[in-house]
Amino acid sequence: MKKLWKGNEAIAEAAVAAGCRYFFGYPITPQNEIPEYMSWRLYEVGGAFIQAESEVSAINMVYGAASAGARAMTSSSSPGISLKQEGISYIAAAELPCVIVNMMRSGPGLGGIQASQGDYFQATKGGGHGDYHCIVYAPSTVQEFVDIMYNAFDVADEYRNPVMIIGDGMLGQMMEPAEIPPMKDAAEMFEKYHKNEWATCGHSDGKPRIINSLRIEPDENEEFTIRLYKKYEEIAKKETKVEEYRMDDAEYVFVAYGSVARICKAAIVELREQGIKAGLIRPITLYPYPTATIEKAAKNPNVKKFVTVEMSMGQMVEDVRLAVNGQKPVEFYGRSGGNVMMPADLVKYIKEGK
Amino acid sequence: MNKIIISGFGGQGVLSLGKFISYSAIEQNLNTSWLPSYGPEMRGGTANCSVIYSHEEIAAPVIDRPDIMIAFNEPSLDKFEGSVKEGGTIIINSDIVHKKTTRKDVKFYEIPVDTLAAAINKRGANVYMLGILLPLFGGDISEESAIHAVEHVFESKPKVIPSNIECLKAGIEYMKNLMK
Repeated sequence: MKKLWKGNEAIAEAAVAAGCRYFFGYPITPQNEIPEYMSWRLYEVGGAFIQAESEVSAINMVYGAASAGARAMTSSSSPGISLKQEGISYIAAAELPCVIVNMMRSGPGLGGIQASQGDYFQATKGGGHGDYHCIVYAPSTVQEFVDIMYNAFDVADEYRNPVMIIGDGMLGQMMEPAEIPPMKDAAEMFEKYHKNEWATCGHSDGKPRIINSLRIEPDENEEFTIRLYKKYEEIAKKETKVEEYRMDDAEYVFVAYGSVARICKAAIVELREQGIKAGLIRPITLYPYPTATIEKAAKNPNVKKFVTVEMSMGQMVEDVRLAVNGQKPVEFYGRSGGNVMMPADLVKYIKEGK
Repeated sequence: MNKIIISGFGGQGVLSLGKFISYSAIEQNLNTSWLPSYGPEMRGGTANCSVIYSHEEIAAPVIDRPDIMIAFNEPSLDKFEGSVKEGGTIIINSDIVHKKTTRKDVKFYEIPVDTLAAAINKRGANVYMLGILLPLFGGDISEESAIHAVEHVFESKPKVIPSNIECLKAGIEYMKNLMK
Protein backbone atom coordinates (compact mmCIF):
# COMPACT_ATOMS: atom_id res chain seq x y z
CA MET A 1 0.00 0.00 0.00
CA LYS A 2 1.23 3.45 -0.85
CA LYS A 3 2.02 5.72 2.05
CA LEU A 4 3.33 9.23 2.27
CA TRP A 5 7.08 8.98 2.86
CA LYS A 6 9.82 11.53 3.32
CA GLY A 7 12.61 10.73 0.83
CA ASN A 8 15.25 10.14 3.49
CA GLU A 9 13.02 7.90 5.60
CA ALA A 10 11.78 5.96 2.58
CA ILE A 11 15.31 5.13 1.49
CA ALA A 12 16.15 4.00 5.03
CA GLU A 13 13.11 1.70 5.23
CA ALA A 14 13.81 0.39 1.72
CA ALA A 15 17.35 -0.51 2.86
CA VAL A 16 15.92 -2.41 5.82
CA ALA A 17 13.50 -4.20 3.48
CA ALA A 18 16.45 -5.06 1.24
CA GLY A 19 18.10 -6.87 4.14
CA CYS A 20 20.46 -4.12 5.32
CA ARG A 21 21.16 -4.75 8.99
CA TYR A 22 24.12 -2.49 9.72
CA PHE A 23 24.33 1.27 9.38
CA PHE A 24 27.34 3.40 10.24
CA GLY A 25 27.18 7.13 9.86
CA TYR A 26 27.86 10.60 11.10
CA PRO A 27 25.26 13.39 11.04
CA ILE A 28 25.11 16.02 8.31
CA THR A 29 22.24 17.99 6.80
CA PRO A 30 20.25 17.32 4.60
CA GLN A 31 20.36 13.54 5.13
CA ASN A 32 19.96 13.31 8.91
CA GLU A 33 16.63 11.53 8.75
CA ILE A 34 18.42 8.47 7.34
CA PRO A 35 20.65 7.79 10.40
CA GLU A 36 17.87 9.00 12.69
CA TYR A 37 15.48 6.42 11.23
CA MET A 38 18.08 3.66 11.23
CA SER A 39 19.03 4.41 14.85
CA TRP A 40 15.75 2.88 16.06
CA ARG A 41 14.60 0.82 13.12
CA LEU A 42 17.59 -1.50 12.82
CA TYR A 43 17.15 -2.68 16.42
CA GLU A 44 13.63 -3.85 15.57
CA VAL A 45 15.03 -6.22 12.94
CA GLY A 46 18.03 -7.50 14.88
CA GLY A 47 20.58 -5.20 13.28
CA ALA A 48 22.81 -2.48 14.65
CA PHE A 49 23.32 1.23 14.19
CA ILE A 50 26.49 3.06 15.12
CA GLN A 51 26.99 6.79 15.09
CA ALA A 52 30.71 6.81 14.43
CA GLU A 53 33.13 9.46 15.67
CA SER A 54 33.71 10.60 12.09
CA GLU A 55 32.86 9.86 8.48
CA VAL A 56 36.24 8.17 8.06
CA SER A 57 35.39 5.75 10.84
CA ALA A 58 31.88 5.17 9.51
CA ILE A 59 33.03 4.06 6.06
CA ASN A 60 35.69 1.81 7.57
CA MET A 61 33.03 0.21 9.75
CA VAL A 62 31.11 -0.48 6.54
CA TYR A 63 34.33 -2.00 5.16
CA GLY A 64 34.50 -4.29 8.17
CA ALA A 65 30.85 -5.33 8.15
CA ALA A 66 30.91 -5.93 4.38
CA SER A 67 34.05 -8.09 4.83
CA ALA A 68 32.06 -10.27 7.18
CA GLY A 69 29.36 -10.68 4.54
CA ALA A 70 26.76 -8.37 6.05
CA ARG A 71 24.53 -6.00 4.15
CA ALA A 72 25.89 -2.70 5.43
CA MET A 73 25.52 0.90 4.40
CA THR A 74 26.39 4.46 5.20
CA SER A 75 24.87 7.76 4.15
CA SER A 76 26.10 11.30 4.18
CA SER A 77 26.05 14.55 2.27
CA SER A 78 28.73 16.06 0.08
CA PRO A 79 31.50 17.14 2.55
CA GLY A 80 30.99 13.91 4.47
CA ILE A 81 31.18 11.85 1.28
CA SER A 82 34.52 13.52 0.49
CA LEU A 83 35.82 12.25 3.84
CA LYS A 84 34.68 8.72 3.01
CA GLN A 85 36.52 8.51 -0.30
CA GLU A 86 39.64 6.71 0.92
CA GLY A 87 37.45 4.00 2.42
CA ILE A 88 35.31 3.73 -0.72
CA SER A 89 38.44 3.18 -2.83
CA TYR A 90 39.57 0.46 -0.40
CA ILE A 91 36.15 -1.21 -0.50
CA ALA A 92 36.16 -1.18 -4.32
CA ALA A 93 39.69 -2.61 -4.34
CA ALA A 94 38.78 -5.28 -1.80
CA GLU A 95 35.75 -6.09 -4.02
CA LEU A 96 33.23 -5.76 -1.25
CA PRO A 97 29.52 -5.06 -1.62
CA CYS A 98 27.97 -2.12 0.21
CA VAL A 99 25.68 0.84 -0.40
CA ILE A 100 26.56 4.50 0.08
CA VAL A 101 23.95 7.25 -0.10
CA ASN A 102 24.91 10.84 -0.91
CA MET A 103 22.17 13.45 -0.45
CA MET A 104 24.08 16.21 -2.17
CA ARG A 105 24.30 19.74 -0.83
CA SER A 106 26.06 22.65 -2.41
CA GLY A 107 29.84 22.86 -2.34
CA PRO A 108 32.69 23.44 -2.68
CA GLY A 109 33.99 23.28 0.86
CA LEU A 110 31.38 23.20 3.58
CA GLY A 111 29.25 25.13 1.11
CA GLY A 112 25.55 25.30 1.95
CA ILE A 113 22.84 22.82 2.84
CA GLN A 114 20.46 23.37 -0.05
CA ALA A 115 20.07 20.92 -2.95
CA SER A 116 22.88 20.57 -5.47
CA GLN A 117 24.34 18.17 -8.02
CA GLY A 118 27.93 19.30 -7.68
CA ASP A 119 29.23 15.83 -6.78
CA TYR A 120 28.71 14.25 -10.21
CA PHE A 121 32.41 14.14 -11.01
CA GLN A 122 33.20 12.75 -7.57
CA ALA A 123 30.54 10.05 -7.81
CA THR A 124 31.19 8.89 -11.37
CA LYS A 125 34.86 9.52 -12.04
CA GLY A 126 36.29 7.84 -9.00
CA GLY A 127 36.10 10.11 -5.99
CA GLY A 128 38.86 8.27 -4.21
CA HIS A 129 42.22 7.36 -5.66
CA GLY A 130 43.02 4.72 -8.22
CA ASP A 131 41.30 2.93 -11.08
CA TYR A 132 37.88 2.01 -9.76
CA HIS A 133 34.22 2.91 -10.05
CA CYS A 134 31.17 2.76 -7.87
CA ILE A 135 27.94 1.77 -9.59
CA VAL A 136 26.05 5.06 -9.33
CA TYR A 137 22.27 5.49 -9.36
CA ALA A 138 20.40 8.80 -9.46
CA PRO A 139 16.70 8.30 -8.69
CA SER A 140 14.28 11.16 -9.27
CA THR A 141 11.23 10.31 -7.15
CA VAL A 142 10.75 8.92 -3.66
CA GLN A 143 9.32 5.69 -5.15
CA GLU A 144 12.32 5.34 -7.43
CA PHE A 145 14.60 5.87 -4.42
CA VAL A 146 12.84 2.97 -2.75
CA ASP A 147 13.00 0.69 -5.79
CA ILE A 148 16.66 1.41 -6.46
CA MET A 149 17.66 1.00 -2.82
CA TYR A 150 15.68 -2.24 -2.62
CA ASN A 151 17.73 -3.57 -5.53
CA ALA A 152 21.05 -1.91 -4.71
CA PHE A 153 22.35 -4.55 -2.28
CA ASP A 154 21.65 -7.27 -4.85
CA VAL A 155 23.60 -5.37 -7.50
CA ALA A 156 26.41 -4.75 -5.00
CA ASP A 157 26.46 -8.45 -4.02
CA GLU A 158 26.21 -9.66 -7.61
CA TYR A 159 29.32 -7.74 -8.68
CA ARG A 160 31.00 -7.39 -5.29
CA ASN A 161 31.27 -3.67 -5.86
CA PRO A 162 30.14 -0.61 -3.89
CA VAL A 163 26.91 1.01 -5.07
CA MET A 164 26.38 4.71 -4.59
CA ILE A 165 22.92 6.27 -4.69
CA ILE A 166 22.89 10.01 -5.13
CA GLY A 167 20.03 12.34 -4.40
CA ASP A 168 19.92 15.87 -3.14
CA GLY A 169 18.41 17.88 -0.32
CA MET A 170 15.19 18.33 -2.26
CA LEU A 171 14.60 14.60 -2.78
CA GLY A 172 15.68 13.78 0.76
CA GLN A 173 13.39 16.32 2.41
CA MET A 174 10.28 16.03 0.24
CA MET A 175 7.35 13.70 0.84
CA GLU A 176 5.63 11.63 -1.83
CA PRO A 177 3.54 8.47 -1.91
CA ALA A 178 5.69 5.35 -2.05
CA GLU A 179 5.28 1.66 -1.47
CA ILE A 180 7.97 -0.33 0.33
CA PRO A 181 8.35 -3.88 -1.05
CA PRO A 182 8.29 -6.92 1.26
CA MET A 183 11.23 -7.68 3.55
CA LYS A 184 14.06 -9.76 2.08
CA ASP A 185 15.61 -12.37 4.33
CA ALA A 186 19.17 -11.31 5.21
CA ALA A 187 20.34 -14.90 5.76
CA GLU A 188 18.84 -16.00 2.45
CA MET A 189 20.69 -13.17 0.69
CA PHE A 190 23.93 -14.38 2.29
CA GLU A 191 23.34 -17.81 0.74
CA LYS A 192 22.11 -16.51 -2.60
CA TYR A 193 25.27 -14.53 -3.26
CA HIS A 194 27.58 -17.30 -1.99
CA LYS A 195 29.09 -15.13 0.70
CA ASN A 196 30.00 -18.27 2.60
CA GLU A 197 32.71 -18.75 -0.04
CA TRP A 198 34.64 -15.57 0.74
CA ALA A 199 33.33 -13.64 3.74
CA THR A 200 35.44 -13.45 6.90
CA CYS A 201 32.58 -14.49 9.09
CA GLY A 202 34.26 -17.17 11.16
CA HIS A 203 32.43 -20.08 9.54
CA SER A 204 35.03 -21.14 7.01
CA ASP A 205 36.60 -24.53 6.50
CA GLY A 206 39.54 -23.63 8.71
CA LYS A 207 41.58 -22.06 5.91
CA PRO A 208 42.40 -18.39 6.52
CA ARG A 209 40.52 -15.84 4.43
CA ILE A 210 42.02 -12.49 3.69
CA ILE A 211 40.19 -9.36 2.60
CA ASN A 212 42.78 -6.95 1.35
CA SER A 213 43.33 -4.04 -1.01
CA LEU A 214 47.14 -4.12 -0.94
CA ARG A 215 48.69 -5.59 -4.10
CA ILE A 216 52.29 -4.51 -3.92
CA GLU A 217 53.49 -6.54 -6.92
CA PRO A 218 52.86 -4.46 -10.13
CA ASP A 219 51.91 -7.43 -12.31
CA GLU A 220 49.52 -8.73 -9.70
CA ASN A 221 47.96 -5.29 -9.30
CA GLU A 222 47.66 -4.77 -13.07
CA GLU A 223 46.03 -8.15 -13.49
CA PHE A 224 43.60 -7.19 -10.74
CA THR A 225 42.67 -3.78 -12.21
CA ILE A 226 42.18 -5.32 -15.66
CA ARG A 227 39.82 -7.85 -14.10
CA LEU A 228 38.06 -5.01 -12.29
CA TYR A 229 37.51 -3.19 -15.58
CA LYS A 230 36.21 -6.37 -17.25
CA LYS A 231 33.67 -6.38 -14.43
CA TYR A 232 32.71 -2.77 -15.23
CA GLU A 233 32.20 -3.73 -18.90
CA GLU A 234 29.79 -6.43 -17.81
CA ILE A 235 28.05 -3.98 -15.46
CA ALA A 236 27.69 -1.49 -18.34
CA LYS A 237 26.06 -4.18 -20.49
CA LYS A 238 23.64 -5.42 -17.85
CA GLU A 239 22.93 -2.60 -15.45
CA THR A 240 22.74 0.64 -17.48
CA LYS A 241 19.39 2.32 -16.88
CA VAL A 242 17.87 5.33 -18.60
CA GLU A 243 14.44 6.88 -19.13
CA GLU A 244 13.48 8.51 -22.40
CA TYR A 245 10.61 10.96 -22.01
CA ARG A 246 8.71 12.24 -25.07
CA MET A 247 11.70 11.55 -27.29
CA ASP A 248 9.76 10.13 -30.28
CA ASP A 249 9.61 13.42 -32.18
CA ALA A 250 11.76 15.63 -29.95
CA GLU A 251 13.78 18.42 -31.54
CA TYR A 252 15.17 19.83 -28.32
CA VAL A 253 16.59 17.24 -25.96
CA PHE A 254 17.17 17.93 -22.29
CA VAL A 255 19.61 15.64 -20.54
CA ALA A 256 19.17 15.72 -16.78
CA TYR A 257 19.09 13.38 -13.79
CA GLY A 258 17.52 13.26 -10.34
CA SER A 259 15.30 16.10 -9.19
CA VAL A 260 16.37 18.32 -12.10
CA ALA A 261 14.97 15.79 -14.59
CA ARG A 262 11.54 16.37 -13.03
CA ILE A 263 11.88 20.11 -13.56
CA CYS A 264 12.76 19.37 -17.19
CA LYS A 265 9.64 17.21 -17.54
CA ALA A 266 7.46 20.08 -16.33
CA ALA A 267 9.20 22.40 -18.82
CA ILE A 268 8.64 19.87 -21.63
CA VAL A 269 4.90 19.77 -20.93
CA GLU A 270 4.79 23.58 -21.11
CA LEU A 271 6.94 23.75 -24.25
CA ARG A 272 4.80 21.19 -26.02
CA GLU A 273 1.66 23.15 -25.15
CA GLN A 274 3.32 26.00 -27.03
CA GLY A 275 4.09 23.75 -30.01
CA ILE A 276 7.78 23.22 -29.25
CA LYS A 277 8.84 19.59 -29.44
CA ALA A 278 11.06 18.94 -26.46
CA GLY A 279 12.07 15.67 -24.84
CA LEU A 280 14.26 14.32 -22.09
CA ILE A 281 16.94 11.70 -21.69
CA ARG A 282 17.22 10.89 -17.99
CA PRO A 283 20.17 8.75 -16.95
CA ILE A 284 19.11 6.57 -14.01
CA THR A 285 22.58 5.07 -13.73
CA LEU A 286 25.27 7.75 -13.87
CA TYR A 287 27.93 5.04 -13.89
CA PRO A 288 27.59 3.10 -16.12
CA TYR A 289 26.45 6.02 -18.27
CA PRO A 290 23.73 5.55 -20.92
CA THR A 291 26.05 6.70 -23.70
CA ALA A 292 24.34 4.57 -26.36
CA THR A 293 20.95 6.23 -25.79
CA ILE A 294 22.46 9.68 -26.27
CA GLU A 295 24.46 8.51 -29.31
CA LYS A 296 21.25 7.23 -30.86
CA ALA A 297 19.49 10.55 -30.26
CA ALA A 298 22.46 12.46 -31.70
CA LYS A 299 22.07 10.49 -34.93
CA ASN A 300 18.33 11.19 -35.10
CA PRO A 301 17.72 13.86 -37.79
CA ASN A 302 14.78 15.32 -35.76
CA VAL A 303 17.09 16.37 -32.96
CA LYS A 304 18.36 19.95 -33.27
CA LYS A 305 20.31 20.25 -30.05
CA PHE A 306 20.94 18.93 -26.57
CA VAL A 307 20.65 21.01 -23.42
CA THR A 308 22.18 19.48 -20.33
CA VAL A 309 20.56 20.82 -17.17
CA GLU A 310 22.27 20.44 -13.83
CA MET A 311 22.40 22.01 -10.39
CA SER A 312 26.11 22.58 -10.89
CA MET A 313 28.45 24.59 -13.09
CA GLY A 314 28.40 21.79 -15.67
CA GLN A 315 29.71 18.32 -14.89
CA MET A 316 27.53 15.67 -16.56
CA VAL A 317 27.56 17.86 -19.69
CA GLU A 318 31.05 16.45 -20.37
CA ASP A 319 29.66 12.92 -20.65
CA VAL A 320 26.87 14.19 -22.90
CA ARG A 321 29.45 15.87 -25.17
CA LEU A 322 31.48 12.64 -25.30
CA ALA A 323 28.38 10.70 -26.34
CA VAL A 324 27.14 13.27 -28.87
CA ASN A 325 30.69 13.46 -30.23
CA GLY A 326 30.23 16.70 -32.14
CA GLN A 327 27.22 15.51 -34.13
CA LYS A 328 24.86 18.12 -32.62
CA PRO A 329 25.30 21.20 -30.43
CA VAL A 330 25.42 20.45 -26.70
CA GLU A 331 24.50 23.40 -24.48
CA PHE A 332 24.41 23.74 -20.73
CA TYR A 333 21.98 25.34 -18.32
CA GLY A 334 22.87 25.28 -14.65
CA ARG A 335 22.24 26.79 -11.26
CA SER A 336 24.59 26.40 -8.38
CA GLY A 337 25.11 27.36 -4.76
CA GLY A 338 21.95 25.54 -3.70
CA ASN A 339 19.63 27.37 -6.07
CA VAL A 340 17.08 25.44 -8.10
CA MET A 341 15.97 26.30 -11.61
CA MET A 342 12.23 26.57 -12.31
CA PRO A 343 10.42 25.00 -15.27
CA ALA A 344 9.79 28.55 -16.61
CA ASP A 345 13.56 29.19 -16.72
CA LEU A 346 14.02 26.20 -19.01
CA VAL A 347 11.05 27.18 -21.22
CA LYS A 348 12.62 30.62 -21.61
CA TYR A 349 16.03 29.12 -22.34
CA ILE A 350 14.70 26.95 -25.15
CA LYS A 351 12.61 29.78 -26.64
CA GLU A 352 15.17 32.55 -26.34
CA GLY A 353 18.41 30.64 -26.14
CA LYS A 354 19.34 32.11 -22.77
CA MET B 1 -4.42 19.57 -10.13
CA ASN B 2 -3.61 22.23 -7.59
CA LYS B 3 -0.24 23.76 -6.82
CA ILE B 4 -0.21 25.34 -3.39
CA ILE B 5 2.40 27.39 -1.56
CA ILE B 6 1.94 27.78 2.19
CA SER B 7 4.19 30.22 3.97
CA GLY B 8 4.58 31.80 7.40
CA PHE B 9 6.72 31.94 10.52
CA GLY B 10 8.14 28.70 11.88
CA GLY B 11 5.74 27.44 14.54
CA GLN B 12 2.55 28.52 12.76
CA GLY B 13 1.96 25.00 11.53
CA VAL B 14 2.79 25.90 7.95
CA LEU B 15 4.64 22.68 7.16
CA SER B 16 2.03 20.49 8.82
CA LEU B 17 -0.80 22.23 6.94
CA GLY B 18 0.99 21.08 3.78
CA LYS B 19 1.23 17.56 5.17
CA PHE B 20 -2.51 17.52 5.94
CA ILE B 21 -3.19 18.27 2.28
CA SER B 22 -0.81 15.56 1.05
CA TYR B 23 -2.17 12.96 3.50
CA SER B 24 -5.71 13.81 2.40
CA ALA B 25 -4.75 13.65 -1.27
CA ILE B 26 -3.15 10.23 -0.98
CA GLU B 27 -6.38 8.92 0.55
CA GLN B 28 -8.25 10.21 -2.50
CA ASN B 29 -5.83 8.18 -4.66
CA LEU B 30 -4.33 11.38 -6.02
CA ASN B 31 -0.65 11.85 -6.69
CA THR B 32 0.89 14.34 -4.33
CA SER B 33 4.18 15.93 -3.37
CA TRP B 34 5.20 17.96 -0.31
CA LEU B 35 8.40 19.96 -0.49
CA PRO B 36 9.44 21.92 2.60
CA SER B 37 11.91 24.74 2.90
CA TYR B 38 14.70 23.78 5.27
CA GLY B 39 17.81 25.24 6.77
CA PRO B 40 18.64 28.97 6.92
CA GLU B 41 15.45 29.84 5.06
CA MET B 42 13.54 28.65 8.12
CA ARG B 43 15.43 30.78 10.61
CA GLY B 44 14.91 34.08 8.79
CA GLY B 45 11.49 35.25 7.71
CA THR B 46 9.53 32.40 6.33
CA ALA B 47 9.05 28.70 6.57
CA ASN B 48 7.21 27.47 3.54
CA CYS B 49 6.17 24.36 1.72
CA SER B 50 5.12 23.58 -1.84
CA VAL B 51 2.29 21.08 -2.09
CA ILE B 52 0.91 19.60 -5.28
CA TYR B 53 -1.91 17.14 -5.81
CA SER B 54 -2.85 15.82 -9.21
CA HIS B 55 -4.55 13.00 -11.08
CA GLU B 56 -1.45 12.92 -13.32
CA GLU B 57 2.15 12.05 -12.48
CA ILE B 58 3.75 15.02 -10.72
CA ALA B 59 6.81 16.25 -12.58
CA ALA B 60 8.48 19.14 -10.79
CA PRO B 61 7.89 19.31 -7.03
CA VAL B 62 8.96 22.96 -7.14
CA ILE B 63 6.26 25.52 -7.92
CA ASP B 64 6.93 28.66 -9.93
CA ARG B 65 3.29 29.66 -10.45
CA PRO B 66 1.02 28.51 -7.61
CA ASP B 67 -2.75 28.20 -8.03
CA ILE B 68 -3.21 28.96 -4.35
CA MET B 69 -0.92 30.86 -1.97
CA ILE B 70 -1.53 31.06 1.75
CA ALA B 71 0.34 33.72 3.71
CA PHE B 72 0.47 33.39 7.49
CA ASN B 73 2.68 36.49 7.79
CA GLU B 74 3.53 39.63 5.80
CA PRO B 75 6.97 38.58 4.50
CA SER B 76 5.25 35.55 2.96
CA LEU B 77 2.73 37.73 1.13
CA ASP B 78 5.55 39.96 -0.14
CA LYS B 79 7.63 37.02 -1.24
CA PHE B 80 5.02 34.97 -3.09
CA GLU B 81 2.10 37.19 -4.19
CA GLY B 82 3.79 38.08 -7.49
CA SER B 83 4.13 34.42 -8.46
CA VAL B 84 0.46 33.41 -8.12
CA LYS B 85 -1.23 32.37 -11.37
CA GLU B 86 -3.62 34.82 -13.01
CA GLY B 87 -7.06 33.94 -11.67
CA GLY B 88 -5.43 32.10 -8.77
CA THR B 89 -6.13 32.55 -5.09
CA ILE B 90 -4.34 34.35 -2.28
CA ILE B 91 -5.41 33.70 1.30
CA ILE B 92 -3.99 35.65 4.21
CA ASN B 93 -4.20 35.11 7.93
CA SER B 94 -5.65 38.55 8.60
CA ASP B 95 -4.91 38.32 12.33
CA ILE B 96 -1.23 38.72 11.43
CA VAL B 97 -1.18 40.18 7.92
CA HIS B 98 -2.53 43.73 8.00
CA LYS B 99 -2.25 44.59 4.35
CA LYS B 100 -3.97 43.55 1.18
CA THR B 101 -2.56 42.07 -1.97
CA THR B 102 -1.52 44.43 -4.74
CA ARG B 103 -2.72 41.91 -7.31
CA LYS B 104 -5.99 42.71 -9.11
CA ASP B 105 -6.16 39.48 -11.09
CA VAL B 106 -6.52 36.98 -8.25
CA LYS B 107 -9.18 35.99 -5.73
CA PHE B 108 -8.24 37.37 -2.34
CA TYR B 109 -9.49 36.06 0.99
CA GLU B 110 -8.73 37.62 4.38
CA ILE B 111 -9.37 35.05 7.09
CA PRO B 112 -8.79 35.88 10.77
CA VAL B 113 -7.87 32.27 11.27
CA ASP B 114 -6.13 32.67 14.66
CA THR B 115 -9.24 34.29 16.19
CA LEU B 116 -11.62 31.85 14.53
CA ALA B 117 -9.65 28.80 15.65
CA ALA B 118 -9.00 30.13 19.16
CA ALA B 119 -12.70 29.78 19.99
CA ILE B 120 -12.22 26.01 19.54
CA ASN B 121 -8.49 25.23 19.88
CA LYS B 122 -5.82 27.90 20.30
CA ARG B 123 -3.36 25.81 18.32
CA GLY B 124 -5.79 24.80 15.61
CA ALA B 125 -5.28 27.68 13.15
CA ASN B 126 -3.59 25.54 10.52
CA VAL B 127 -6.28 22.85 10.66
CA TYR B 128 -8.89 25.62 10.46
CA MET B 129 -7.07 26.79 7.33
CA LEU B 130 -7.28 23.26 5.94
CA GLY B 131 -11.04 23.60 6.33
CA ILE B 132 -10.92 26.93 4.49
CA LEU B 133 -9.10 25.24 1.60
CA LEU B 134 -11.37 22.24 1.07
CA PRO B 135 -14.24 24.16 -0.63
CA LEU B 136 -11.63 25.83 -2.87
CA PHE B 137 -10.45 22.39 -3.99
CA GLY B 138 -13.89 21.85 -5.53
CA GLY B 139 -14.50 18.37 -4.17
CA ASP B 140 -11.06 16.94 -5.01
CA ILE B 141 -10.52 16.21 -1.34
CA SER B 142 -13.40 15.05 0.83
CA GLU B 143 -14.05 16.09 4.41
CA GLU B 144 -13.64 12.47 5.39
CA SER B 145 -10.13 12.25 3.89
CA ALA B 146 -9.16 15.47 5.65
CA ILE B 147 -10.44 14.07 8.96
CA HIS B 148 -8.34 10.95 8.44
CA ALA B 149 -5.31 13.12 7.68
CA VAL B 150 -5.82 15.02 10.94
CA GLU B 151 -6.21 11.74 12.84
CA HIS B 152 -3.05 10.42 11.21
CA VAL B 153 -0.87 13.45 11.92
CA PHE B 154 -2.04 13.64 15.55
CA GLU B 155 -1.88 9.86 16.05
CA SER B 156 0.53 10.28 18.98
CA LYS B 157 -1.60 13.01 20.59
CA PRO B 158 -5.13 11.57 20.47
CA LYS B 159 -6.43 14.13 22.98
CA VAL B 160 -6.16 16.98 20.48
CA ILE B 161 -7.90 15.16 17.64
CA PRO B 162 -11.56 16.05 18.44
CA SER B 163 -10.90 19.81 18.77
CA ASN B 164 -8.87 19.79 15.57
CA ILE B 165 -11.65 18.02 13.70
CA GLU B 166 -13.99 20.69 15.06
CA CYS B 167 -11.63 23.38 13.68
CA LEU B 168 -11.61 21.62 10.32
CA LYS B 169 -15.42 21.49 10.15
CA ALA B 170 -15.75 25.11 11.26
CA GLY B 171 -13.25 26.16 8.56
CA ILE B 172 -15.23 24.36 5.89
CA GLU B 173 -18.49 26.03 6.99
CA TYR B 174 -16.84 29.47 7.21
CA MET B 175 -15.49 29.21 3.67
CA LYS B 176 -18.71 27.80 2.24
CA ASN B 177 -20.55 30.85 3.60
CA LEU B 178 -17.90 33.20 2.26
CA MET B 179 -18.11 31.67 -1.20
CA LYS B 180 -21.93 31.86 -1.38
